[in-house]
Amino acid sequence: MNYRSSFFILTCIGLGFAFLYIPILSMVVFSFNASKLVTVWDGANSPTLKWYYALLHNEEVLDAAWISLKVAVINASGSVILGTLAGFGLARFSQFRGRFTLNAMTTAPLVMPEVITGLSLLLLFVALEELIGWPAGRGITTMTIAHMTFSMAYVTVIVNSRMASFDTALEEAAMDLGARPLKVFFVITLPIIFPAILSGWLLAFTLSWDDLVISSFTSGPGSSTLPMVVFSKVRLGVSPEINVLATITLGVVSTMVVGVSLWMARRAKLDAL
Amino acid sequence: MVALPYLWLLLFFVVPFIIVLKISFSDVALAIPPYKPLLEWVGKHSLAVKLNFDNYAFLFTDSLYLHAFANSIKVAFLSTLMCLIIGYPMAYGIARAKPAVRNVLLLLVILPFWTSLLLRVYAWIGLLKANGVINNVLLSLGLIHEPLTMLYTPFAMYVGIVYSYLPFLILPLYANLEKMDWQLLEAAEDLGCRPWQAFYKITLPLSRNGILAGSMLVFIPAVGEFVIPALLGGPNALMIGRVLWDEFFANRAWPVASAVAILLLLLLVPFMMWYQSVQARESAGAR
Repeated sequence: MNYRSSFFILTCIGLGFAFLYIPILSMVVFSFNASKLVTVWDGANSPTLKWYYALLHNEEVLDAAWISLKVAVINASGSVILGTLAGFGLARFSQFRGRFTLNAMTTAPLVMPEVITGLSLLLLFVALEELIGWPAGRGITTMTIAHMTFSMAYVTVIVNSRMASFDTALEEAAMDLGARPLKVFFVITLPIIFPAILSGWLLAFTLSWDDLVISSFTSGPGSSTLPMVVFSKVRLGVSPEINVLATITLGVVSTMVVGVSLWMARRAKLDAL
Repeated sequence: MVALPYLWLLLFFVVPFIIVLKISFSDVALAIPPYKPLLEWVGKHSLAVKLNFDNYAFLFTDSLYLHAFANSIKVAFLSTLMCLIIGYPMAYGIARAKPAVRNVLLLLVILPFWTSLLLRVYAWIGLLKANGVINNVLLSLGLIHEPLTMLYTPFAMYVGIVYSYLPFLILPLYANLEKMDWQLLEAAEDLGCRPWQAFYKITLPLSRNGILAGSMLVFIPAVGEFVIPALLGGPNALMIGRVLWDEFFANRAWPVASAVAILLLLLLVPFMMWYQSVQARESAGAR
């Protein structure tokens, strides 16, 4: 196959990536700017780490980050369990009652506007509290349940597509040799779909860590997450500390994404041998 | 085995919509929660259902809501179109690159998707504001003499939406184009087709499902978008997601917010079903 692309396509790719990355890089650059004006470069005193120091001593931000972290970890672990079960079921059992509904229920949250999901979950929690007294008020628990509901849909899609692409003969062979279904699942299926589960966990973590709208609807007093704190700061204009936060986020995310991709590429190569 | 996720989604995804529907038919009340019950005991043994269509009537009489709906559809449609114009050549180029280059480029598309949407939208405030990066660069180059007003305008909102949703369009489109048989193009060119003709007659029709899936992934969430109009669009950026948010948080009008949600959902359900059928066709391999 011929890999040469036309000048037009190369230009489009170049401009497209410039569009995607200039805003991100501008945050990184200005996170080292000394000036309080954020976007006006103060050449005499920059680069500086003073906003990094300020952010890491900002109690409000640290508290919110801690809450976000707790919610994101519980959410990711819970949605991986629910999403793997759903993805496995959808891929391996072609006929069961409710298959159509389950399929629809796991695709709909992917495109549902967040304001609708957030509002409907909040109204559910309020109604449940009136009816059975649980959940008492809103906070980390309600937020985590809300996050799991949309995160598990993403995990389901990832696991489902991974399941669809691997050879069922392995499972059948194990079954023929006398392994029980549960053993087959843990010894054969789970290791094979592990990369999908890992991607699912990371994606669920990120979705929860970044979510503003659904969290705002389902959180209670004293459980503001990091995006909620950032949003209220950003509404008032630019702030040097937010640039720092963006830079740190970007550093962690790119290390993680690149690391996982390299690991998966190596694994795929080993599998091919 | 599927019972657990099934019940979970039933309870936390389907039942909530029934409650939203119910509350959209209730009266506003000064209470906690701020709506009246739909079912009321009349006398001792009879239960009366009080359906109240006032919230919906209100949405159709106050032009603000209809405007917001129309404007959201317009903004989402134009943003999707712009994403297509920018994203199609990118997805095409990535699909035709050497495998090693392809993986790096894909990673570069995915990376912004993993970083917080809020922070990426925030970056545009720094670029677009009066003493922001773009104005400073243009001023220092002498191209303009006073700063352009870009932030808190419809322009800023479009930029924000296109920027945030571009990866959602590129990825499904790339997945579709990657499976394409490029020999078809070579054959067409051998037979005397010009590159543009070959693109128009072969590539474009074959990537139809990718275009539809990607467009839907941009259009549907963009209609209900809240964060981007709230941060970049300024006070006059009337989007329905923002109206719903304000009704709920600022006015505490839960029944009105619920009615807005139901109408928005009714509007989007046909598109969601379309998306699902496109996805089903795509995974079945039928083109």
